[in-house]
Amino acid sequence: MEPISVIAGQMAPLPRANVDTDAIIPKQFLKRVERSGFGPFLFYEWSYDEEGELIEGFILNQPAYAAATVLVSGPNFGSGSSREHAPWSIEDRGFKAVIAPSFADIFYNNCINIGLLPVVLTDDEVAQLTDIANDPDNLVSIDLAAQTVRSIGFDATFEIAPFAKHRLAEGLDNIALTLEHATAIDTYEATRAAFKPSL
Amino acid sequence: MTAPRTMYEKIWADHVVRDGGGSEPDLLYIDLHLVHEVTSPQAFESLDLTNRKVRRPDLTLATVDHGVPTEGRALGIKDPLSKKQIDTLVANCANHNIELYDISDIRQGIVHVIGPEQGITQPGMTIVCGDSHTSTHGAFGALAFGIGTSEVEHVLATQSLPQSRPQSMAVNVNGELPAGVTAKDIILGIINHIGVAGGTGYVIEYRGTAIEALSMAGRMTICNMSIEAGARAGMIAPDKTTFDYLKDRNFAPTDKAWDDAVAYWKSLPSDPGAEFDVEIDIDAAALAPYVSWGTNPAQTVPITGAVPDPGEFENALERDAAERALAYMDLEAGTPMTEIFVDRIFFGSCTNGRIEDLRVGAKLLEGKTIHPNVHAMVVPGSGLVKLQAEEEGLDIIFKNAGFEWREPGCSMCLGMNPDILMPGERCASTSNRNFEGRQGRNGRTHLVSPEMAVAAAVEGHFVDVREWK
Repeated sequence: MEPISVIAGQMAPLPRANVDTDAIIPKQFLKRVERSGFGPFLFYEWSYDEEGELIEGFILNQPAYAAATVLVSGPNFGSGSSREHAPWSIEDRGFKAVIAPSFADIFYNNCINIGLLPVVLTDDEVAQLTDIANDPDNLVSIDLAAQTVRSIGFDATFEIAPFAKHRLAEGLDNIALTLEHATAIDTYEATRAAFKPSL
Repeated sequence: MTAPRTMYEKIWADHVVRDGGGSEPDLLYIDLHLVHEVTSPQAFESLDLTNRKVRRPDLTLATVDHGVPTEGRALGIKDPLSKKQIDTLVANCANHNIELYDISDIRQGIVHVIGPEQGITQPGMTIVCGDSHTSTHGAFGALAFGIGTSEVEHVLATQSLPQSRPQSMAVNVNGELPAGVTAKDIILGIINHIGVAGGTGYVIEYRGTAIEALSMAGRMTICNMSIEAGARAGMIAPDKTTFDYLKDRNFAPTDKAWDDAVAYWKSLPSDPGAEFDVEIDIDAAALAPYVSWGTNPAQTVPITGAVPDPGEFENALERDAAERALAYMDLEAGTPMTEIFVDRIFFGSCTNGRIEDLRVGAKLLEGKTIHPNVHAMVVPGSGLVKLQAEEEGLDIIFKNAGFEWREPGCSMCLGMNPDILMPGERCASTSNRNFEGRQGRNGRTHLVSPEMAVAAAVEGHFVDVREWK
């Protein structure tokens, strides 16, 4: 996981509520056993018609937004399934952060775990930022250490749990962190009730 | 004297390996890790690349469910990608000494059906799986939640998971459920009430007389769909119904261990006076059979209602979402739900694919045939559900009525296997999600109870099952 400090770049506005994981990456693309290569299938059914032709009007298909690194969307982003393929596909498409008024829990955790920065702003702030993003020449800058989001005439702060922030800022391997407490796991296991099932 | 605690607080406290002290997440021990073919290959690959081992294969159970075909299994798996994914799980389980109920095993089935069926889902446990419907297992008074692939790898390697503590929500469902109104309608009613993000950040405990009166199957249906309200998990206090269900199942404790287990299980329900961060009251007697009209599980109305007018939504994003949903669903505002005609029926899934669901469906169907315009299928939740149904002759009733009788798996709930809707097809589905494209590109899903699905199969359109003969 790459450490994150400042994410600066273009925004892609997707002002829809409840963007679900089936929309982010439809199930026919979950059959791959590889970790990478999901980017081309991001928002597939909004990006391509039934004949497989590009839907040119869709925001991510517009050449003016080809360089976007920050997705700006509506509340309850990432609702639905636990498929990590959803944040993988967003990341693989070149995005470094997603800004929304709220996120679904599992999706949010998945983002933290893969190093895609989820940023929660208020409804009003996201609405303002969406307006700003409607001009593809306007850029945004997200400073993780300062927990700020800045754009043209826009300055906001966001909350993130200190430990999640620390992991993202340092690009830490979560499993390695847990294995530092292997003795505590051993101790816990020694006291588990005998009636608990095992295979 | 300790302060009164909720069941969720008790189970959490019993699994803390290391207290994060508020600044870090707590490290929780995981009692059972369920694994399937879709969300695990990258976890095993990364585990192998980092030379890490599965810490507790004996607390890990795998099956194949999402991508398996539900017919023609003797011919093998035709889809090369699904075949590779399933073969990969078989190889990973062999390499890491993990028990796998593979496609030829009678115990194979939907991961959330087989855990309870085998009796390995028990009260007071922490249970995780790379699948959001893991909340199903909360019906036993377990803390069970879906995780992503990075977390799957984490649990494989450490049998534990760092977790920040969610808040608690009590959903009190009191009163008597009217005839024809089911557990599915309770949860659809709750989601309609609190919204698709109403549970975000919470563990829900479903309480009250209407919940206590439910069978384990009904309780599982309710906890299953907790995630559709955004909740981290859903749970129901264990009681005699729970213990009776578990007694003598494959992995249930026996003899003294059973007595010890029951004593512990009885200590789990929330203490009198325990405080929840939020409480919501639902009157069971006021519930009706629900049908979804839109593209998220909160977009539902009682069967006596009509497709709503998007203009009635005050919030601009909700109005926009309703307009998009009606366009996608090809529905006009004001259309009575009973005038919506269906092409397909999907009976199954981790929400409603258990033997109890099949019994209810078959009882209603007996002596009837499905409408000539309808194509209907039953997909049992597991091989053992299918076998049991066949022993009871339920398959004959479904087949005589015109349903296809399939092999177990997730099937058309998410359409990762060949069972999908064609563009424009409209389906009454006993599953859990009606998202755009969920059951097939441009397929239109209406979520309903098993009873409502059967009635729609016979009539060719939705009917009020309370008045249906």
